[in-house]
Amino acid sequence: MSQKPQNQTGTSRRDFLKAASLTGAVFALGLPKSEILASPILNLSSQPGLVLPETAELTPYILIEKSGRITIMNPRPEIGQGTYQSVPALIAEELEVSLDKVVIRQTGGETKFGGMWSQAVGGSGSIRGGYTQMRKVGASAREMLIKAASDQWNVPVEECYAENATVVHKPTGKKLTYGQLAEPAAKLPVPKEPKLKDPKQFTMLGKSMPRPDVPLKVSGQATFGIDAKVPGMVYASIERCPVLGSKLVSFDASQALKVKGVQKAVKIERVVGKNHYEGVAVIASNYWAALQGRKALKVKWDHQGHDTFNSADFEKSLRDLAKSDGVVGHNAGDFDKAFADSPNQLEAFYETPIVTHSTMEPMNALAHYQPGVDSPGNKVELWVSSQGGDLVKDEVAKALKVPADNVAVHILFNGGGFGRRLTQDFATEAAMLSKTIGKPVKVIWTREDDTLLGPFRPMTFSAMRGALSADGKAVAFQHKVISPSIDATMNEKYDKTKPDGTMLEGTGEQKYEIPNLNTRYVNADIHIPLTYWRSVTSSTVAFAHECFIDELAHKAGKDPLAFRLAMLAKDTDAKRVLTKLKEVSGWNKSLPAGKGRGIAQWEFFAGLAAQVVEVSKNTTGGVTIDKVYCVIDLGTVVNPDTVKAQVEGAIAMAITAATKDGITFENGQAKQANFDANRMLRINEMPQVEVHILAEGGPTIKGVGEPGLPPLAPALANAVFAATGKRIRRLPFDLEKLA
Amino acid sequence: MASVKLTINNQAHTLDVDPEMPLLWAIRDVVGLTGTKFGCGIAQCGACTVHLDGNPTRSCSIPVSAVVGQKITTIEGISKNADHPVQKAWVEHQVPQCGYCQSGQIMSAVALLKQTPKPTDADIDTAMQGNICRCGTYNRIRQAIHTASAEMGSSPKMPKSNPKIGKR
Repeated sequence: MSQKPQNQTGTSRRDFLKAASLTGAVFALGLPKSEILASPILNLSSQPGLVLPETAELTPYILIEKSGRITIMNPRPEIGQGTYQSVPALIAEELEVSLDKVVIRQTGGETKFGGMWSQAVGGSGSIRGGYTQMRKVGASAREMLIKAASDQWNVPVEECYAENATVVHKPTGKKLTYGQLAEPAAKLPVPKEPKLKDPKQFTMLGKSMPRPDVPLKVSGQATFGIDAKVPGMVYASIERCPVLGSKLVSFDASQALKVKGVQKAVKIERVVGKNHYEGVAVIASNYWAALQGRKALKVKWDHQGHDTFNSADFEKSLRDLAKSDGVVGHNAGDFDKAFADSPNQLEAFYETPIVTHSTMEPMNALAHYQPGVDSPGNKVELWVSSQGGDLVKDEVAKALKVPADNVAVHILFNGGGFGRRLTQDFATEAAMLSKTIGKPVKVIWTREDDTLLGPFRPMTFSAMRGALSADGKAVAFQHKVISPSIDATMNEKYDKTKPDGTMLEGTGEQKYEIPNLNTRYVNADIHIPLTYWRSVTSSTVAFAHECFIDELAHKAGKDPLAFRLAMLAKDTDAKRVLTKLKEVSGWNKSLPAGKGRGIAQWEFFAGLAAQVVEVSKNTTGGVTIDKVYCVIDLGTVVNPDTVKAQVEGAIAMAITAATKDGITFENGQAKQANFDANRMLRINEMPQVEVHILAEGGPTIKGVGEPGLPPLAPALANAVFAATGKRIRRLPFDLEKLA
Repeated sequence: MASVKLTINNQAHTLDVDPEMPLLWAIRDVVGLTGTKFGCGIAQCGACTVHLDGNPTRSCSIPVSAVVGQKITTIEGISKNADHPVQKAWVEHQVPQCGYCQSGQIMSAVALLKQTPKPTDADIDTAMQGNICRCGTYNRIRQAIHTASAEMGSSPKMPKSNPKIGKR
């Protein structure tokens, strides 16, 4: 706990940094030695307050010591998606340093790295949002180092170049290391528009490079939030009512306090957006004792009527709501007329479940609230697995009513994110608890807490209507989404009269040239907290949308892929992706009896991918998923092997969501509490996956982490239809035995 | 509380803990080895897998009192420099994503290869089914196990006094 206070070097520097450009390419006068608020991601427990000696800050992202050691500050938390390599590589490529010679540290939400969400990971945005910006950071520093060398040698800049962390004078072969140049370079102005490298000269970007976190993760040395330790720390487990929305009436901790190691039990609040939940925290000298103490608590809850909530009734209410018109999201042409005029109409209703994120690392946080946090030098400090240091800082500052600058955040390796760690309830709760008990405290959720308490991915139901022209093309297409809303469950202000863009995500964005297209949204009230889940609403609405396209294709008597391509006359990314997929999947080769293949594509804010799923009928009356082919369109790729891994992972997650348990409510609480009932895909159920990346340049860069997910469920259901003739319209469904 | 003597990674530890405390929490909170992870607490996910006398065991569901006298090995104990063939294969195939489950995956794989040096895909399915990976690294796990198996089978260790010296 010896970290130097953030404001040690005075206000002027901080204000300067705040006013600096958002590219982050600011410079510092002199040699700041100790105000670095890096998260000590390596060996955290032994060095909680690591301070770099004699370090020059070329930009907030690049720190060079006289010894030559280079530290790159990574603003994007590592949640398994590879940003611990891909983002620093953008900087290192332009800086002309090899990534294995660099120390990588996570930023903690400091304002010098930009505004809200600039240090968060979500929406598959780290590369598509930072590709040029991060390269500019590295290029600026490279130009400053070259300028410093040319000044020292008194030669033209043009005669010098950078290579392998040194600057070379071409005519003489003279060299100076970055360590030797850092101090004078840090005093130079930062180039506003540095010259970026020609991609042909890239040594890292675009190539499958090993990720530096992998060796740490195979040896047990990677520090996750749950592994953080500070002196004097105590542990807590919190009893919260699984009937969400219940109020705490009273609790009796007399038996809990008799458990060896238990120190106290206190009331504590959990904040999830607009929702405030109450719980009882049991504090102990070790986590096991805290758990035993928690079991011994006697707690009275007032369920506020929420104990009658159940999934069957709620689903029925959604089906009833499907009759209402809802609010129009996207409209082209005249759907009603085109539909009415067509002799060839089709209607279908699709249903999907609520699911959990179930990161392998349960929610947890270590917080240390120092009394007098408003005074200089005092702060509340957190060590946490979170998808955003800036998000933690913001939510903790608001919850504790302290200045954001006095919240210090250490972002550690996340044991999974999937959107769950965009909500910082676990962090604010630990911070408030530390304030209450006056000690550093680590709160660890049990798996049951993690599964029962949300926030969850919402379910969506979809009412589909479509009509075909005489030549078998879709002329009218309507997608009406009926669902609870993430926004409505999280925010006080929600306007039901406006279309909910998040809940209609992607439904108006597909490139099919359908002249009469209409999307609608019908909101259903729910008191259960809901949030973003990998690929958000595309994870459910793509199932309805792309299965219904398949239904229309069959009604038209057309091959499902040919039917889609016929509606993609214009040259679009979607057309290129499907054309590539047709080739790599061998779509036109016939399959043996008992096998079938299905196709789906999906384009949404995060990116674009398409998949072919191949299934075989099995002996139990179900199907086995044999293989998944995926084409993902990126425009530009940073680390192809990471992309492949992300697609493999997205497919595994999508199969779980489509074919495992999901969450259902009974008497106000989720029926599934742990992995025995909320089952996850296992190794014996994982199909072969073949990934093809389209990186053919172009003005935009598409995302990696999410686009591999939405096509899976519809492609799988379409494959089941091809193999068995059974049309799946409700998720989850049992692969072992088709209903 | 009671005094419990455990041998972890060939080191003797005397712990002053509740004998009912699961081995997982003794390893993590008391001994301070955090490579072994908490995932579910009911032996359903395998994140907490350690070896008891070489056998893969879910440390979240076995009390310390039940493991006295047994040789306990954690991820930190399977090699000195993270150079066990399974760890090397895991790096070669870039298996981990978030990495949280991987200590347990590796412990299960090391135990599998000890018992079945040339595992079939069916052997891998059986041995690794108890380890959940939410990031979906299963296909790489399978490939890495085959690679480690080949490595362990094909290269008998050269005596240290007689190293091979490659010519440049």
